[in-house]
Amino acid sequence: MMNLHTPSSPHFHANNSISQVMFTVIAALSPGIAVYIYFFGSGLLIQMLLGILTAITCETLILLARKKPVWPFISDGSAVLTAILLALSIPPSSPWWIIVLGTSFAIVFVKHLYGGLGYNIFNPAMAGYAMLIISFPKEITGWFNIQANSTSLSLSEYLGLIFTESKSSDTISQATPLDHFKTQIGLEQPASTIFTDTNLYSGLGAYGFEWIGLAFALGGVWLVYKKIMSWHIPLSLLISLVLISLVFYAWDNNNYASPLFHLFSGATLLGAFFIATDPVSACSTLRGKIIYGSCIGVLIFIIRNWGGYPDAIAFAVLIMNMCAPTIDYYTRPGAQTP
Amino acid sequence: MIKQLFKFIGGVHIPQYKDISCNTTIQQAPIASQLVLPLSQHIGSPSVPIVHIGDHVLKGQTIAIAEDYVSVNLHAPTSGQIIAIEPRAIPHPSGLPAQCIVLQSDGKDQWRERKPIAEDYRQLDPSKVRNLIREAGIVGLGGAGFPSFIKMNPGPSGHIDTLILNAAECEPFITCDDRLLQERADEVIQGLFILRYALQAKHCVIAVEDNKAKAITALNKALETVDQSCIQVTAIPTIYPAGGEKQLIHTITGRQVPSHGLPIHIGVVVQNVATAAAIYAAIFRDEPLISRIVTLTGDVSRPTNYEVLLGTSMQSLIEQSDDSPQNKIKRIIMGGPMMGFAMHSSDIPIIKTCNCVIVDKGLTAELKQHGYTMPCIRCGQCADVCPAELLPQQLYWYTKSAQWQLSQDYQLFDCIECGCCDYVCPSYIPLVQYYRYAKAQIWEQERETEKSDHARERHEFRLERIEREKKEREERHRQKKAALGKKDTDPKGEKTKPDPKKAAIIAAMERVKQKKAQQNIQAKNTDNLTVAQKKQIEEADARRKKVNDEDSSS
Repeated sequence: MMNLHTPSSPHFHANNSISQVMFTVIAALSPGIAVYIYFFGSGLLIQMLLGILTAITCETLILLARKKPVWPFISDGSAVLTAILLALSIPPSSPWWIIVLGTSFAIVFVKHLYGGLGYNIFNPAMAGYAMLIISFPKEITGWFNIQANSTSLSLSEYLGLIFTESKSSDTISQATPLDHFKTQIGLEQPASTIFTDTNLYSGLGAYGFEWIGLAFALGGVWLVYKKIMSWHIPLSLLISLVLISLVFYAWDNNNYASPLFHLFSGATLLGAFFIATDPVSACSTLRGKIIYGSCIGVLIFIIRNWGGYPDAIAFAVLIMNMCAPTIDYYTRPGAQTP
Repeated sequence: MIKQLFKFIGGVHIPQYKDISCNTTIQQAPIASQLVLPLSQHIGSPSVPIVHIGDHVLKGQTIAIAEDYVSVNLHAPTSGQIIAIEPRAIPHPSGLPAQCIVLQSDGKDQWRERKPIAEDYRQLDPSKVRNLIREAGIVGLGGAGFPSFIKMNPGPSGHIDTLILNAAECEPFITCDDRLLQERADEVIQGLFILRYALQAKHCVIAVEDNKAKAITALNKALETVDQSCIQVTAIPTIYPAGGEKQLIHTITGRQVPSHGLPIHIGVVVQNVATAAAIYAAIFRDEPLISRIVTLTGDVSRPTNYEVLLGTSMQSLIEQSDDSPQNKIKRIIMGGPMMGFAMHSSDIPIIKTCNCVIVDKGLTAELKQHGYTMPCIRCGQCADVCPAELLPQQLYWYTKSAQWQLSQDYQLFDCIECGCCDYVCPSYIPLVQYYRYAKAQIWEQERETEKSDHARERHEFRLERIEREKKEREERHRQKKAALGKKDTDPKGEKTKPDPKKAAIIAAMERVKQKKAQQNIQAKNTDNLTVAQKKQIEEADARRKKVNDEDSSS
């Protein structure tokens, strides 16, 4: 007579786990990261490294403080993903303490003080970015001058910028393309001359960003194909952004940028596929996802054009994070009208 | 006839592990020296033993009968002697023992007299056929074990559009239906004709998953020899749970069984293929359900299918198929890996619903996936695979926080516990377990409410009765008073006539007195008592008398 283990059914489990999901997402980010580095140099790698180290340290400390098992949560890859997304959101030449501060805020305050993995209301990377842009607007909006250095910065220049904040003559800080566009529009420059004025821009959008964006979109489409995420949020976000910018562009193309500029500037494609789709803080019903995505698209356009910040992904996502539970409630299948 | 198939929502493609056991012929398992036959091998009330310890029984002899409607008979799988009727370990998730008849085989395997009615069943009334099936102890052999004769009743409307024979066998590892079709397709088809006759069904569909090409070939070949105008063999896509009753009906007919409804409400009946074969054996060979085909598979040396007498222990089957040491066994699963349940030991009898025994020694990758349970990240994969179109993730939150009403609003009771959500969950959350727990809690609550409702009704009724009696009493007093007043004014009243009510009361009181007097007669075992004991008795009697007198005087 044996006494056997009697767990309840099912006794079968697919070969998947949270860490697999997270590392698949990270793998899907890699083409975008590679193109980013191709255009703007190794600064991003340094930022990512700093971010990941900070994320893992903070995650370990707070798990210990919360008396939670460390290894299952450290190895789930969610903290690493947060760090990478934050590193992708800030200029690659930002001083080291920016990424360290942002990541620790994201992990400790946004993620763990709300209950840790699966319980955070806000997207940790975006909340970290929002904290940074409110607290340190100068550091986080400065873009190195690619007019002076037509390709990108070298590793030593990046190390200098990141760790000693030394500014050589080549690396005069200037505005990001989106910021520049907005300032120039504010100065009542016609849109057409803004684009030809400086080599911040290229055919489709901001210089380099159209290729980075396309690479991120490629990774995103692969994730949809792999069924790691559904198409609802990215597609509805992009469609609503294109539609609303098309309406304004058609109405007044001197004051409003084209839909293509919106698609291929800033973090639009990264945001659509990798940030707005964070399952924990997004909507979970199908109709909810479509509402959620479209609202983010509209908010991006509103904030970019009339808001106080150059890029809008972070605030648009955070605002919709707050609405997600309510949207879910009213879009649940079989829901009655309230 | 079916031209188009419908895809049900959700489902998962899972590793099949069927090849390991489906390439060998069905083997006859040896007759065990002792057979343990649980009285409850089906859904419904247990059968009631009609044999006694020491009785000699013949193979196929009825040893327990169905007393309630939802129940079936039980038969001796071989000839021998009844040596015990007692609680034994049975295949049940709780691991609790239940009443079993224990049969010691005499090795002769001697049949009782058999009188097959064969083709003559067409002369019988369908209800007679159903009764024969009930007496033969046949239940759904796909795993649920619902008495088959009930599902052979076309119901009051009497209109059965489609009879589906379920050979989907969508769970991994199980191949008993596949082998049955490959080797005995003609028996299955004869069984199907009997089912069709009882149900008066228009169309018959034999649904087989498209990964069982040999079974489909065997079926088509067997169909060549019979009138096949009403029978169609349909290959359905291989996806779990294609063989779930509601999913199969949707795949074949495109119709949805309503929530809380039955297939018969939409004119469909689904029966398992092995059940059809058992029905054939009962009608054409007069063999009741005393054996079944069991897939013995998993981490054993020779996975295969056995024709096993009911009551044979799983241990003896495992020994037949496995050479390596048994102490490495970690888990024994009865049924499939998705919906079957784990046994507490190997010393458990094979019963009517046992289609598969999976031995787990930790060698099969999917069987050993036990991750650390992480928090839900709301990835929604569970909702993508749910064949009942539920939101498993929402249900999880509500059942976890004991919000029973909300979980019912999210159609908890439509969950068929197929385990798809659990299978894909990257957080390894035992979702199905949460749903089972919630269902049990809700049932418990309903019972409690019913009980308290009953108590409240009783209490209200009592109050009402007291009130009514009070009113009646007052009414009587009033009438009495009125009568007295009448007597004074009218001397010719009915004074001489005794009141029949009063007379009845007097008679009743007389009877009570007599009864009490009888009760006062001394008990008989009062001989040889000590003085002290006698005194005690006398005192007690005195007290009783006093009480009685008080009663009668009041």
